[in-house]
Parts: sequence; structure tokens; C-alpha cells
Amino acid sequence: METVTLTIKNQPGLFLEADSITPDAFAGKKAEEIVDLPVYVGREQFRLGDYFEVSGNAGATPAETKIVVNGDLSRVKYIGMKMTAGEIVANSNADMYVGAWMQGGKITVNGNVDAFAGTGMKGGEIAIKGNAGNYLGAAYRGDWRGMAGGKITVTGNAGSDLGTFMNGGEIVVDGDVDVHVATHAEGGRIIIKGNAKRRLGGQMVEGEIYVFGSIDVMMPGFAYREDVDVDVDGIKGRFALYEGDLGERHRKRKGQTIYAKLYQRIEA
Amino acid sequence: MAEYLIKNGFIFDPVLGIKGDVADVAIKDGKIVETTALSSPKVIDATGKTVMAGGVDVHAHVAGPKVNIGRNFRPEDKLFNCTPGHGIERMQGGFSVPTTIRTGYNYAHMGYTTVMEAAMPPLYARHTHEEMRDTPILDQGAYPVFGNNWFVLEYLKNHEIENTAAYIAWLLRATKGYAVKVVNPGGTEAWGWGLNCDNVHDPVPYFDITPAQIIKGLIEANEYLGLPHSMHMHANNLGNPGNYTTTLDSFKLSEGIKPNSKFGRDQVMHHTHVQFHSYGGDSWANVESRAKDIMGYVNSHDNITIDMGQVTLDETTTMTADGPFEHHLTELNHLKWANADVELETGSGVVPYLYSPNIKVCGIQWCIGLELALLAKDPMRIFLTTDHPNAGPFIRYPRIMKWLMSQEARDQQFDAFKYKDKVIEATNLAGMDRELNLYEIAQMTRAGPAKSLGLSHMYGGLAPGLDGDVAVYDFNPNEPYAPDDIEKAFSNAKHLFKSGVQVISDHEIANNGNKRTLWVNAKANENPQVMRDIKEKFLRYYTVTLNNYEGSGHYLRNPHVIEVDATQ
Ligand SMILES: [Zn+2]
Repeated sequence: METVTLTIKNQPGLFLEADSITPDAFAGKKAEEIVDLPVYVGREQFRLGDYFEVSGNAGATPAETKIVVNGDLSRVKYIGMKMTAGEIVANSNADMYVGAWMQGGKITVNGNVDAFAGTGMKGGEIAIKGNAGNYLGAAYRGDWRGMAGGKITVTGNAGSDLGTFMNGGEIVVDGDVDVHVATHAEGGRIIIKGNAKRRLGGQMVEGEIYVFGSIDVMMPGFAYREDVDVDVDGIKGRFALYEGDLGERHRKRKGQTIYAKLYQRIEA
Repeated sequence: MAEYLIKNGFIFDPVLGIKGDVADVAIKDGKIVETTALSSPKVIDATGKTVMAGGVDVHAHVAGPKVNIGRNFRPEDKLFNCTPGHGIERMQGGFSVPTTIRTGYNYAHMGYTTVMEAAMPPLYARHTHEEMRDTPILDQGAYPVFGNNWFVLEYLKNHEIENTAAYIAWLLRATKGYAVKVVNPGGTEAWGWGLNCDNVHDPVPYFDITPAQIIKGLIEANEYLGLPHSMHMHANNLGNPGNYTTTLDSFKLSEGIKPNSKFGRDQVMHHTHVQFHSYGGDSWANVESRAKDIMGYVNSHDNITIDMGQVTLDETTTMTADGPFEHHLTELNHLKWANADVELETGSGVVPYLYSPNIKVCGIQWCIGLELALLAKDPMRIFLTTDHPNAGPFIRYPRIMKWLMSQEARDQQFDAFKYKDKVIEATNLAGMDRELNLYEIAQMTRAGPAKSLGLSHMYGGLAPGLDGDVAVYDFNPNEPYAPDDIEKAFSNAKHLFKSGVQVISDHEIANNGNKRTLWVNAKANENPQVMRDIKEKFLRYYTVTLNNYEGSGHYLRNPHVIEVDATQ
């Protein structure tokens, strides 16, 4: 694995759109070629080298390429967008769309991320060591194809609209989450180790939500079924199982109607 | 204005009957002229290239409120495909519901110069004209919808043809419309009661009239006025297995009616997107092609023209004034749905759709559209369309040309189907070896639609006196080519002239053109009763006054009025 280190040297006046910061775009390139990759500020195109010091050469393939990004990235969007392999470590807060439409590899953010991280993600892993913004693992605006595979972990809290239109994969939030969880979801698993607020599973067709803490208001479309023992993310506990959203259409499998499942821990 | 001499191209022109001979085309003062009329032309070398008249699209949804609903509720349709302005080109975006700017440019890149908006809700005529005004290069007109209009339902219930005609003439003038469009006659009005009209004898609630009465009455009123285009029809029961019988019943309503038009058309009914209306079987499990029955009828009745509505196997956005159909569709695919009611006039719905090669029914639909064209005896009466964006985006026309012109290309597509054998079993296409030639393509995309629209005095050919609309393609029909070369060449015209202005030069947009808006001013006899009815309905029912209804003045870019005198 070869490592390319980027260090931000100029903050953009607006926001920097840097979807070229991926192992896929870097692979096979030397530092002096990487500086020429395009980035955008508003409608203007710049070179990556206009905003970052670049050192080190990439590996021959995305899988053999690691990118370390240093400095304040809170105005940098699209880090790791559509990446298929390799690794990115961002040692800062990052702006929107980290790992959006990612297919493989790993992104670690040692800070907070803004909205739409992991949008439409199909595979790979995103580890957020701070808080996540709204629409984590959701679908792009208007789209019905949310996170379909891979894993997102958040050490802190997550914002609203977590996993909207989620179809697969897993999101684990160690802290609390804001309103709207797994809206319209048709699959996947969301584990919330802290507390949740309201509107969990609205129009949810299939998939699982686990909440270890409190839920301020349960959706009326979810019905309590039974208490069950669950082993989730290496933690055992007794959970109340709810099924819903009863107002939605539901598939049948072997004569059984498939509902979305919401588990709330009642004792550790 | 500049003079152009397009030299040594392979000409395909059904109007002059030229089938690939090498000749020159001369343009002067916006028109095609004899080469001897030029004094100091700019010479365009078309050696080894194909030259045709500008393309004419009879049926596409490119402007107006439902197109804009599609744009607004599908931001994902613009994802990763927006381009900034450069040179004289303006910013563009969108795939199946592109911006007006991209609509104009992409048609131009295909060598098209005239595009008709297929369904204008009269109440939103202003919006429709505003969007057409912002669509560069293309000459355009729009068809107001009549098939669920309360005036029409009330007049035709008693077969009042003269009153219906007077109302049509008034509405065309008020909305600056081009032709009489009918969408699911009676069915969209029934949808206001949560119902539909499934066949031509299924009565419309409250109005107590049948679709058959509406269809026949509107054909008669259209011929009473002698409009340039015929009644333009989207029949009942669209998109349902077994619907081919409804289609044949609808066709038959035109029997015995002769065209009364000074504009050179021979048909009294244009039936649109016939692919969606040619299904056998009684469920999605056993749906099958009935293209042979449909084309058997069309081939033996020359007072009908049709267009394909070819499925292109893309992700797209369906949109139609057939409100109940869109509800049916959202129940099928569970994707988002928009629905609108347009007061006394019509309704509409919008739903995204994925025509997947992995779904059997989509493969069958793909076959049916191509079968219609390959079974046609007279390519002057069947036009290449996708009912854009309903069966696919218009940018796929060159791909459809490839499928029509190459059995090899069709076989490649068959091989890409997940349920190839089941698709072949339910259709006829696999057994067809017909390959259309460029002359036939020019009939289906130029001369035929121009004639059907009553615009063969302006468009569709290269005869002196016609508009200077000429496309030059990088395609040498006399050299060996792969199927994909067809698609590539016809997607990207080398040069394009619109009304004598070079709008594409060497594949690049060179000029935003002087687009015109075509509308029909039909003068009918004074009809005090109809004028009184109009005043009364606006007073009692409409949410707007007449003054806020009519579209005129700045709403139209370069209006081009087609005058019709129907006074007697
Ligand atoms: Zn249509």
C-alpha cells in the first residue's frame, strides 16, 4: 500500500468540490500528476494542487492506494465519492457527501462530517469518529436508491433523516440521533446505541432498527408484538419488538407478510 | 441572409424521391432554392456524408406544467449530468426531463428542427408557451387537450359538431394551440370520480357520454374546421394487457370519414404511441404482442397515421394527461407519484419508470414498438417516436434507427435480455429480417410527420421553396458500417441548418437560431351560443377570468400563424 498525503494550504472562498480525492482517481499517479486533478469552487475549475500540498505517490491500483488528508477540511465536499477500493483517512471535520455512492474500501474521518455522508453507498466502510450530519446513508434528493450495502459507524451522534430509503447495509451510531430514521427504507439495519426522538420507520417497508436508549414518540404505524432476546453488534439484551409501518404495502414471503422491525431495549 | 451550398452529399429525400444519389442542396434567404439561384454561397463539403431535411417530431412532451413537475420532483434526473455554459451554449441539465435549453440543443444534435409538444393543458397554455419560448433553435407548436373538456363533453353528448368546432377554434386561438389532442377520452374526467373508461363504450360519469362519441365527434369537428393536423389521439386503456381490441375499436371510429384539409394530409386520425396500445393476453404473466393485428388494420386503412412510442430500455419519467394510468403505474412500481387536476379541462400524472432489460414485460414492449415499424407497408404513415419521455428519452431516436436498420443490432439486444426466450415467445420480432433503409427512415422522421401535421409546405423535404432545414451526418451509406455507427452518426449531426441559419457547425452549436411558435388561427362562423357558454363557465367554474387565460404577445417567440378559413 502506497500513501499519498494531502495537506490543505488554502481555504476556498466558497466550498471546494473535491470528488477527485479518491484512490480511484489517484491510482497509478505520481504526486506531480495528482496535483493536476480537477477540483471546483462554484463554477470555476482549479487544480487539486491549488488547494493542497501533495506528497507521496499512489499505488498502481485503487486497492494499493491510501490517502491521508490533513488540515481543516470543513469546507471540502465529496471526499471519497464513488471510491471502489483503497483507503482514505481524513484528520479533520469534513463537509458534505463523504463517501457518497462509495462501492468499496474504507474511509476514516477523525472529526465530524456534514450531511449526506454515504449517500447511495453500495459497499465498503465509513468510520466517523465524531458526529454525523443529516441524511447519513440516505438517498440523493428525490432518489429512492439509498444506502444498499457496506457499513457506516459513527462514534458520536447523527442528525436527522438517517438512512432515508435505505435498502441494505448497516449503520451503527454510538450516540443519539435526531428525527426521521429509516424513512421509506426497504432493507438494511440501523443500530442506535443512544436515544432517538420521533418518526422512526415512517413508510418503512422492510429492514431493522435497534434503539438501545429512549424513543420520544413511537410512530402510530408500528405495533408492539413481543419481547425478544437479541444479540446485536456483540451486545446481548432483551428488546421489545415492534412491526410496521402498517400503513405501507408489504411483501409476502412463503405466505408470511414481511414487516419492518423496530427493536427497543428494555433491559441489558 | 447567407447563402449555403451543401455539395456532394448522399441525399435521402422522400419529397423529391431521391434515394441516396449524390447531389447538391442550396439554401438562400431561409429557404431551399435551386442551385442556380445562388450567387456567392458558402460551400459546405458533404462528400461521403448523408444529407436529409431537418427532422420533425409529431409527439413529445417537452414543455409545460407536467414536464416541469417531472423536472421538479426528479432532482436525481439531473445528477452528474449538468454542464455549465460555454461559448454560445447555455447551462444545461437533465436526462429524461432535460431543461428547455438542453431539449433544444439535443434535438439539434440529432438533426431535428421541428418538435410538437403533445399535450398542453389549455389552462396552463401560458406556462407551456413560456417553456417553448426558452427552447432554442426548434420550431414548435403545442396540442391543447380536448378529450375530457367539459364543453366538448356537453356538446358532443348531443352530437353538436358545429358548436364543438366553434369551441375548438376559440380555444386554439385563446391558447395559441396547434391541433386537437385527445388523451384517454372521458377516462381522465372519470378519474375525478376515482373511475376510468376502459373501452370506447364505457360511459363517463355525470356527463353520460361514451369515449366513442367523443372520439368520433372530435374527428368530425376537426374535419369541419379543416385543420392542418388531424385529431391526435391517445386511446383509452393504454398500457394494459389485452388493450389491442380497444385500439382497434378506436381506429374503427375513423371509418367513412374523409379528410377535409387544404394542407395535404390524408389521415383523419393520428394515433400516438401505438406500442402502448398493442398488447394481447389478459395479465402481465401472459401479455403478448398484437402488433400484427394493429398493423393489419393500419396497413389497409389509409386515413390513419400512427407513431411508435418505442421503449428504449432506459430509466425515464412517465407523464401523461391520462391521470388514472399514472396511478395504476405507481401501484405497480411503488415509485413516487404526482397527480394534478386541471379544473374543467383535463388532469395528469407523473411517475418515474425503469424499463429494465431484466424484466420480461419491458423486453416485450421493446419488441412491439419495433414490430409496428417493421410491419408497416407505408413508412409515410408511421413515425419514429418514444412518446418522450414516456417510453424513453428522445435522445435515443438514433438508437431506434439502428434497431430498425439492423437485425444484428436487434439480435444483440435480444441477447442482453434476461428472459430472452420468454420475450421471443410472446412477440414476433425475432422472426423478422426486414432492415429499413435511410430513405424509409427519412419518411418516418421527416416527410411523413410533416405531411401528417399539414406542414409539408414548410418541412420534411429538400424541394426548392421549403424551409432551409437541412442536416448533414457523418455517415457514408455506401461503405461498410457497424450498427453502432448508425447511432453515433445520427446522434451527432455534423452540420445543421434551421430556416437557413447554420445552427450546428462541425458538431458544435454555432447559433441559437430563430425559433418560431406555430399556431392555428381557424376562423369559424360567429357562434353566440358558444361564446355565451364560455363566459358562463368562466364565471361559474374557472378559478381564473378570461383575461388571465388567453396567451398572447410576449408568451410566443416569433409566432407563425397558420390561417384556416372555416366560415361558411
Ligand atoms: Zn404522449
